[in-house]
This record gives sequence, C-alpha cells and structure tokens, in this order.
Amino acid sequence: MIPLNWYLIVAAALFSIGLYGVLSRKNAVAILMGVELMLNAVNINLLTFWRYRAPTTTAGMAFSVIVFAVAAAEVSVGLALFIAVYRRFKTIVTDEIDLMKW
Amino acid sequence: MGLLSHPITLVADWLRNLFLGWGLSQGLTTVLLYLIAAIVVASLANAWVIFLIWFERKIVGRMQDRIGPNRVGPYGLLQPFADLIKIITKEIIFPDKADKPLYVIAPLLMDAAIVAIWAVIPLVPMVGMDFNVAALYTIAVGAFATLGIILAGWSSNNKFALVSAFRTVAQMISYEVPTVLALLVPVLLAGTMSLQGIVEAQHVWYIVLAPLAFVIYFIASVAEVGRTPFDLLEAESEIVAGFHIEYSGMLFATFYVGDFLHAFTIGMLGAVLFLGGWRGPGAEAYPLLGLIYLWIKAFVVYFIGVWVRGTLPRLRIDQMMNFCWKFLTPLALILLVEAAVVDRLLLGFTPWGRGLVHLAINVFIGALVIAYARAYDNRRKRERPLAAKPGQYPVAHPPQPAAAEAQSD
Amino acid sequence: MTAMQIIFLITAVVTLFAAFRTVTTPNLIHAALWLILALAGVAVFYALLNANFFAVIQVVVYIGAIAILMVFAIMLTRREMRDRGKQTSGRWWWAAILGAVFFAGVTWMIEAVALPSQPTAAVPASSIADLGKALVNPNGYVIPFEVASVLLLAALIGAVFVAWTRHNS
Repeated sequence: MIPLNWYLIVAAALFSIGLYGVLSRKNAVAILMGVELMLNAVNINLLTFWRYRAPTTTAGMAFSVIVFAVAAAEVSVGLALFIAVYRRFKTIVTDEIDLMKW
Repeated sequence: MGLLSHPITLVADWLRNLFLGWGLSQGLTTVLLYLIAAIVVASLANAWVIFLIWFERKIVGRMQDRIGPNRVGPYGLLQPFADLIKIITKEIIFPDKADKPLYVIAPLLMDAAIVAIWAVIPLVPMVGMDFNVAALYTIAVGAFATLGIILAGWSSNNKFALVSAFRTVAQMISYEVPTVLALLVPVLLAGTMSLQGIVEAQHVWYIVLAPLAFVIYFIASVAEVGRTPFDLLEAESEIVAGFHIEYSGMLFATFYVGDFLHAFTIGMLGAVLFLGGWRGPGAEAYPLLGLIYLWIKAFVVYFIGVWVRGTLPRLRIDQMMNFCWKFLTPLALILLVEAAVVDRLLLGFTPWGRGLVHLAINVFIGALVIAYARAYDNRRKRERPLAAKPGQYPVAHPPQPAAAEAQSD
Repeated sequence: MTAMQIIFLITAVVTLFAAFRTVTTPNLIHAALWLILALAGVAVFYALLNANFFAVIQVVVYIGAIAILMVFAIMLTRREMRDRGKQTSGRWWWAAILGAVFFAGVTWMIEAVALPSQPTAAVPASSIADLGKALVNPNGYVIPFEVASVLLLAALIGAVFVAWTRHNS
C-alpha cells in the first residue's frame, strides 16, 4: 500500500507549483490555471484523508464534492469576467489593466 | 463450461493457464490478459469501421438516388480496402508553422477516446468491465474526443480549422448537457450507473419507460458526433472541411475512422441503455446470442442515424444553439423529474405495469411538447414571414439575371 | 516496492512535470494542454484512492468542461494566436521562493507527524450510494449541498450577465 505521506507531499508540491503560477503569471487565464492546480491539490488531500482515516464515513467525499462545485462556479464566473475585461481593454494581461493605478 | 455457453471465459482461462504455465506471476498474468482483451476489442472495433464505411456510403447513395460504391468487389464491398490502400500510401503533409506534436496527437486522441468507451460496454452477459460509474465514464472519455478536435483545429494553423474548433467547443459543451440529463433517466430507473446493471434491470426495455429520453439522447449524441444535421464543425460550404482541412494520409484516416466508430458507438450505447443491450430470447444460456442481439440493436440505432444524415439539411448555428438550450435541456430536465417522481410512486408495481404508466406519461408530455412547438412555429411564421430580416443573418441573394448571363458567357 | 507504488510514482512524476510546465511554458495554449495532463494525473490519484466516482467526475468536470473552456477563453481573448514575449511578471523569483518555502515547510510538517501507512478500513462497496444519501439527508450535508447548488446557479446567471453584449442601437 502507498504510505499516506506520499500523497500529502505530492499534493503539497502541486499546491506550491500552483501558487508559483498564480503569483508569477501575467495573463489572467494563466493565473486561473494556477488556482485550479491549487484546488486540485486540496482535493487530493481531502480524498486521501478520507481514504486513510475515515473510509466508512462520507464526510471527506461530501467535502470534495463541494470543492468541485466551487471550482466549476469559480471558473465560469472568472472566464466570463475575463471576456468582459477583454472587450473593454482589448487585453487580459494583468499588468496592462492599470486604469486605477497612477 | 461449453464452448457455446462461455466462449470468452473459456479462452481467458486457457490463456491464464498458459501464462501461469510459463511461470509468470499471478499479477503479471492478469495485466497481460487485460492487455490482450483491450487490444482485441480495440482492433475489432476499428476493423468493424471498414464495413460501416461501405454500408453508410451505400445507404446514403441510395437515399440520394445513386448506386453508391459498386466497382471493387461484389456490391462494391471491397471499396473500403481500396480506399485504405490509397490512404496508407499517401503522404502525411504537415502545414507550415503547424504545432507538430499536437497535430499528430489530435487524431489519435479522438480515436482512442472513442475506443475507450468500448471498454465498459457489456457485449455479452458477464463480459466487459463492470465499472460502477460506467455510464458517467462514457461521457468522461467523450471529452477527450472533443479535445482531439480542438487540438486539430488549433494546431493546423489554418483559419477555417480554427473556426471549426470554436464551433466544436460551442456545440459539444452545449449538447453534453442534454446527453447527460437523458442518460440519467435510465440510470435512475435502474438504480445503478453500471452498464451491466442497467442491462440486467431492463426486464422491460427502457425505450418503453422513457421513449422521450431515448429521442433526446439520440439527437444530442448525433450532435456530439457532429453528423448532419449538426455538422457545423465540418460544414463544407462554409469552412471547407473544418478541423481536418489540413490532414492527409493516415492522420486523416484516423479522424475518418473515429467519426464512423463514434456514430456506431452511439448506437451501441443507445442499445445498451434503452434497448435492453444483450437481452433477448436465450441470451443468458448462450452469451454469443446476446452479442448478436446487441449488434442488431446497435445497428438499428446506427441506421436511423444514417437515415437522418441522408434526409435532413444542416442547421444554422443559432438554430442549433436554441434547439439545445431552449428545447432539449428543459425537456430533459422535465423528464428527469418525471422519472424520479413517478418511479417512486410506482414502487410496488410489476415491471410491465410500471412501464405502461411511464409510457402513458411520456406520451402525454410528448403531445404537449409537440403542441407547444407547433404553436411556437406558427407564432414565428406570423411575426417573421420570411424568417430573417435583411441584415440579420447572412442571406444568399440569388445573382441578378444580367450578371448570371455575363458569368455564363 | 509494490506495483501500486510504482504506478503512484510514475503518476506523480508526470503530474508534477505537467503542472510545472503549466505554470512555466510561454505558450498559453500549451499551458492549458499541460494543465489537462496534470488534471488527468490527479484523476489517476483518485482512482488509486479507490474513489472511482471522483476520478470520473474529475475528468468530466475539469477536463471536459473547465479545461476546454479555458482553451476557449484563451483563443477568444487575443488578437493573434501566437504568444510573444515574456509571460511572467518581473518579480517571478519572489513567487518561486515563496512556493519553495511553502513546499519545504509543509513537507517538514508532514514528516514531523507520524502518519499511518495503511488505511484504517476498506472502502465499503456502497460508498457512492452512501454519499448520495448523505448529500440529501437533513442530518447529513443537505445544507452545504443546497448552498453549493445555489452557488452554481448564481455563477451561471452571473457569468451570463457579465459576458453579455449589450446591443446599443
């Protein structure tokens, strides 16, 4: 059997990579990709703890179902926002959307 | 354990003993058996397309008042082989500035996604992966086929291909919604997502219990395959050939095979979900009979698809979207609620009693829907006698007589 | 080293490499495709955790909908199809340091705690049915479930509203 901490370390690595993507990318869609990676890392952890600590209950699964729903909602609103922003500014590079910046 | 009653189990046992006799470990033997089964199913599925191509060309030819392929072999039966030889010997052309790895992966991804659906189809009793979320799995791997088309459109570095990729996304993501909702109806009626379980639960075929769901499933699936009347992604008169415009040789052939196989796989899934799968007289005693029954049923559904293809003209893109979001999706939702509520109320009924009540309600809903559609159509015709105001949609104006004469000279 | 562990390690390497390429490749379409590979790797993890349902849902929701919509959004929000120039902001090394520190810290914490290497029990065969019942059970998770569904509805309406083109005549 696979030890529990293997999953946790992989999830932590995935989360860190996602974090790096969110902080370093300029394009808004690329930032959203980083957020997706982070959410996935969280979900791996939830399901891992469910499998190893409480496989007979449903709490871990219910939690990760909610995470899926939140991810879907987040992406749909996020992408709609980017398209609206693109219509106005003709770019979604976050550096160039600087109307509020002096 | 005769050859007739359990042929596949027999072969599998023989192979297992053979491998174990060679001194392979138990785990490795299982992996090898799975691998062999996967290769056999995938190869047979792809080889079956050779016949499908001939059949479809012949049928569509007849519908268009032509004879269809008739030169190579009796009734043109060897025509696909001739095409095959031609296409294998053709050069694979890579467009300038194409994204080469993606360009090669795209057709393979599409074909592989469709073959992957075959992994969970219960071909005969007790054969096929009995996967407890198989119904959902068929939708999930379908996503990879969509992805293949998008990749092809993008990596070709061609504007028509790219337009096709856009249309594909719009069409496939939209039509996935009614497909899933219609698919949930048999899942709900059977109380399981395993396809084997759904087949076993169909003492009365689900086409009796949920005819409207079957119709929705069929229409939405045709749209997902992208066949006429939903072939906007490869509309020849608008975007030349769509996503496979740049493809040639075997890469194009892979798309072609994937398309035909997808159409037949849809028929197969329709047969499993709504027409009782391998069920039929004597199928439990002789599983091979079940395979024949399933094949016949799948072929009937596939034939209807070809028939529709040969009959209906292409939809306009706004018609296609409206049809999905304003008609199929609400109807599928209503049917889902109907199946859930009515089935709960009918808990103690015999299978046929349950089936007939469902059928009556479905007929009622169907009549209402048709009446509503008629009223809608009449209102539209009154409001807009010519369907489109000038400038609203691109309308092809017939050439002026003088210009036409000048052209003909 | 069992077969499961080998599968796990291969999946982990592929997933992490794909995730790394997602955040570093300058070509955004490629980034989206690497993201799809990473998400598929996560689906394999779910399958290894005996959560087949979640593996399939992962493919349907993330790859079938989210990733494809991202490809779509990338294509829609540009004037030319190729990416030019740098895609990372000027102080990307701060992000790299932060990510590395975070990873090191979490790994140190994980190693500091004694964690089991075996699950406490097998997954019951009816776990998906139990989940379905728990989600609509008033004593279970019906309120989170309903809140999530309202959230999805709000997102649906909000997305349509935000992306709506108002035709001013």
